[in-house]
Amino acid sequence: MYGFEMMTFNVQGGFLEAIVRGHRSSLLTAADYNNLCQCETLDDVKMHLSSTEYGSYLQNEPSPLHTATIVEKCTLKLVDEYKKMLCQATEPMSTFLEYITYSHMIDNVVLIVTGTLHERDVHELLEKCHPLGMFDSIATLAVAQNMRELYRLVLVDTPLAPYFSECITSEDLDDMNIEIMRNTLYKAYLEDFYKFCQSLGGATAEIMSDLLAFEADRRAVNITINSIGTELIRDDRRRLYSNFGLLYPYGHEELALCEDVEQVRGALEKYPGYQSIFAKMSYGESQLLDKAFYEEEVKRLCLTFEQQFHYAVFFSYIRLREQEIRNLMWISECVAQNQKSRVHDSVVFIF
Amino acid sequence: MIGARHPMDMIRSEAMQLVQFIIPIESSHLTVSYLGELGLVQFRDLNANKNLFQRTHANQIKRCGEMGRKLRFFKDHMAKAGILPSVLSEMSQMTQAHTDFDELEAILSELEDDLIRVNANNLKLLRTYNEHLEYMLVIQKVGEFLYAKQNLTAALRSQIHDTDRSEMITDPSKQIKLGFVSGLIPKEKTMAFERTLFRATRGNMFLKQAAVENLVTDPVSGDKIAKNVFVAFYSGERAKEKIIKICDSFGANRYPHADDLERRREIIEEVSRKISELKVTVDVGLQHRENLLKHINDQFAQWNLLVKKEKSVYHILNMFSFDVTKKCLVAEGWSPIFASNQIQSILQKATIDSNSQIGSIFQVLHTKESPPTYFHTNKFTMAFQEIVDAYGVAKYQEINPAVYTIITFPFLFAVMFGDWGHGICLLLITLYFIVREKKLSSQKLGDITEMIFGGRYVILMMALSSIYTGLIYNEFFSVPFDLFGKTAYACSDTSCINAYTQGLTKVRQTYSFGVDPQWHGSRTELPFLNSLKMKMSILLGVTQMNLGIILSYFNGNFFKNNLNIWHQFVPQMIFLNSLFGYLSILIIVKWCTGSKADLYHVMIYMFLNPTDELGENQLFIGQKILQVILLLFAVVSVPWMLFPKPFLLKRQHQARHQRRDFAMETLFTVDNDTIELNPDHDSNSDKEFEFSEVFVHQLIHTIEFVLGAVSNTASYLRLWALSLAHSELSSVFYDKVLILAWGYKNVFIIIIGIIIFLFATIGVLLVMETLSAFLHALRLHWVEFQNKFYEGDGYKFAPFSFALLSEGGDD
Repeated sequence: MYGFEMMTFNVQGGFLEAIVRGHRSSLLTAADYNNLCQCETLDDVKMHLSSTEYGSYLQNEPSPLHTATIVEKCTLKLVDEYKKMLCQATEPMSTFLEYITYSHMIDNVVLIVTGTLHERDVHELLEKCHPLGMFDSIATLAVAQNMRELYRLVLVDTPLAPYFSECITSEDLDDMNIEIMRNTLYKAYLEDFYKFCQSLGGATAEIMSDLLAFEADRRAVNITINSIGTELIRDDRRRLYSNFGLLYPYGHEELALCEDVEQVRGALEKYPGYQSIFAKMSYGESQLLDKAFYEEEVKRLCLTFEQQFHYAVFFSYIRLREQEIRNLMWISECVAQNQKSRVHDSVVFIF
Repeated sequence: MIGARHPMDMIRSEAMQLVQFIIPIESSHLTVSYLGELGLVQFRDLNANKNLFQRTHANQIKRCGEMGRKLRFFKDHMAKAGILPSVLSEMSQMTQAHTDFDELEAILSELEDDLIRVNANNLKLLRTYNEHLEYMLVIQKVGEFLYAKQNLTAALRSQIHDTDRSEMITDPSKQIKLGFVSGLIPKEKTMAFERTLFRATRGNMFLKQAAVENLVTDPVSGDKIAKNVFVAFYSGERAKEKIIKICDSFGANRYPHADDLERRREIIEEVSRKISELKVTVDVGLQHRENLLKHINDQFAQWNLLVKKEKSVYHILNMFSFDVTKKCLVAEGWSPIFASNQIQSILQKATIDSNSQIGSIFQVLHTKESPPTYFHTNKFTMAFQEIVDAYGVAKYQEINPAVYTIITFPFLFAVMFGDWGHGICLLLITLYFIVREKKLSSQKLGDITEMIFGGRYVILMMALSSIYTGLIYNEFFSVPFDLFGKTAYACSDTSCINAYTQGLTKVRQTYSFGVDPQWHGSRTELPFLNSLKMKMSILLGVTQMNLGIILSYFNGNFFKNNLNIWHQFVPQMIFLNSLFGYLSILIIVKWCTGSKADLYHVMIYMFLNPTDELGENQLFIGQKILQVILLLFAVVSVPWMLFPKPFLLKRQHQARHQRRDFAMETLFTVDNDTIELNPDHDSNSDKEFEFSEVFVHQLIHTIEFVLGAVSNTASYLRLWALSLAHSELSSVFYDKVLILAWGYKNVFIIIIGIIIFLFATIGVLLVMETLSAFLHALRLHWVEFQNKFYEGDGYKFAPFSFALLSEGGDD
């Protein structure tokens, strides 16, 4: 019942919403980033982080730190928080929370499959996987030779199984069709998540559909740009776009036809929401597009906290935290490699 | 803490001064650590705009953090090995100064390397040991499978041989060689494992498993988990590869197994020999590790303290700024004036001890900033001070209500909790804590126990007061006693033994202390006690509020604020006393004269119709005129409170402004160089004066006081209400539970009755009632008493002290 969430929401979701809002307030602020950017060594980064909520996760790390350790520990904090929230959650919130991790699952599957294709060690690959997207038999993925086996052996037991229906082929795996698989899975996942949020109704549906539409559109743009100059034909490209979002359906028609970045830009500038993203960039530079999209996403994610009694705050919080970890990774890398002039290239301030 | 303390009174906080130290760099570390031992200086951060890692001693702090990490590492390992942490003894505290910080760092990293190496060795050994154990298990279990199966197949084969010989003769070359993989897999993964195997080989395999009865230590993780032994039979090389891959991905440990019976026996012997060998080695390794940890443990507490001190010293040093020559550090901080000599001698000592050429400079700065509030408390007064601080820390040198709280708080509590039986129970509990004080203060208590322990002296005072008020109320678990002579009343005839309503006459002298026991159980008991307690509450309340207002006079006097005395204290006194002071006097007069006047009526009609005749409610001659005069006083005092103060403040401000402008002008004309304006220190006097704001503020104050005089007086009636509730509850438990159960003459019922009575007394009366009476007493102090004079907008003196550091626990 839209508009009446405040009558019943707190019965099941009040506690967790309070928790997630508390977590949100511990996100690093612009002042923190400023301080971090002034760090000389990774120990300085650790010292600064020790005064934030990451402190307890980093305090027992021996001194020659590595970027990977910092990122790992920071991710561990996110995972801990996520797990705590998941155990407290009841239906349908628990399903909602689980949906959030599916994207990581897809990434992990793709990571392992690509890794085994290039004959990397499975355990090494497992360490690189995002802990939020882990499932029991993930290591068995290495056994599979083609999509059909992949599905039959492993994925049929995971929540990703229904998304696989469109990409079961007996072809041997190669880089190209793994990438297509990733995008097909992602498409199916986004559509399913979208449908699920619609079924929840209320503010959750409203806000999440906005966020997911943005996500879908961003993926569509990325697919288009990445597939320019490859052998992917237009119809195939068109098939990878999710069937919702601001660009659906006419924008997709245009995107499918694009041959270079300028045409993408032309297609997107018709949409006021995305015009601003391109307005910041001069013609010809596409490498900043990622950052521009991230900034736009962060802005939208932050806005979800303005409304109460809905689940989108959980999605937003986890996304924001991930962005923060990406920022920390970038900063740490810059600090470690003495490239401090480039610190601001890719850091997206959250507040 | 060194040296004799300045005798301090608690009524006003210690006089403080802002001091500046100029310390040569070479002696700075020693100076700060000596000052930390003294613990009487609160340093100010002079580098507030700098990041933690941009400060001078960031590296040293990092080193300390690293050492702290090593110590935590040791602590974890000691906890895992079950070694209790050593307690810091006096002896080791004496010797700790000899351990050098750099030396300690070397020792620590050496020990850490040792420990890591030992751990790694042990881990490797344990791993091989556990692998062998698992191997043993696999051999045994798989052997069982195979033999069971061999017997079975043999039996089957013989059967088949009998029935159909021709079909069974097969070409031996076509027989497929079955291979098998055996190993151990964690129990919870078996289902998924089996499913995956089945799918991967398309069903062309046979899996046999058996649970291992005991928990198995996993060689990789070292955890004890439930595991299954499995044997997977397959045919063909591709299947083998797949199965091996799946085993690896599921974390199943594979072990080879010999088909041959002979070979199997050999392996078993070999493995068991190795197991016993490894066992010895592992034990030796563990022993070595424990010795190492014990060695660490001996000095752990001392090192821990040293590292903490070192870290805090560097944190303080980071607050200092360099002077222009870069050879000295400049520090600022608050310290009590009485400590000046101590600090100076410490500075000298530090200079000598560090062989510094130049001495440190100690000078007093003048400032208009408000100094921190520092009360020196002892273990008795501390809890009371905490009660006051919980509301707000006193402004610098304003009157400290804690002094009065020490006696008024327990007393008001006891007014509500008046029962000397319950009082004795409380007394016994708190005496337990006080007697075992030394022992309990050194150990960690639970949350609630900690709270009771902290407030043990408050509870002691509360218990003593409730015994006193209980004697006055003549309540002992609601049983009356005639401790102070016989009751004054007696029956004039035999009919009044049961009916208490009439027939009692006064035969003796008045009962000498407290309430006559004869009142108990009579029909007029409640009206009598209500009237007594209600009036008593008002008397207590008016007294305490008067005390509060009088304290505001002393505050005004101390801070030379005549405005507050004449336009706040005086009208407030007049207002309160002309209404409720008068009521109190009426109450006392009524008690003394035994008049039957209705005081409600008197008070209400004093406002509604002051000129009306009092009639039978008149208590003394001239009452009517007095009432009219008092009413006039009260009416006059309200505008007196409201108007003069803001206007006078405005005038004062203007006068000051003019004077300053004039002074500035003259100064500028006379000598431009002598002006020394420190913007940081002088900014306070230059506050903007907003008349409307001041006026509204005063308006709010006035309204609050006028309404508050009524509502606060009424609020003191809670003393009566709670006390009534307490006595009624205890009489219900006594009469309706204990006495009722007693009446049945049945042992079983009596026992149940006693149990219920005990639980009700402890749970409801001793715990709940104590809490509620405590809270109400707290409220009466925070709101009704302290709002008359207490500003409570100060901040606490937080000195840099090693003593606080070692109390601070782990973090």
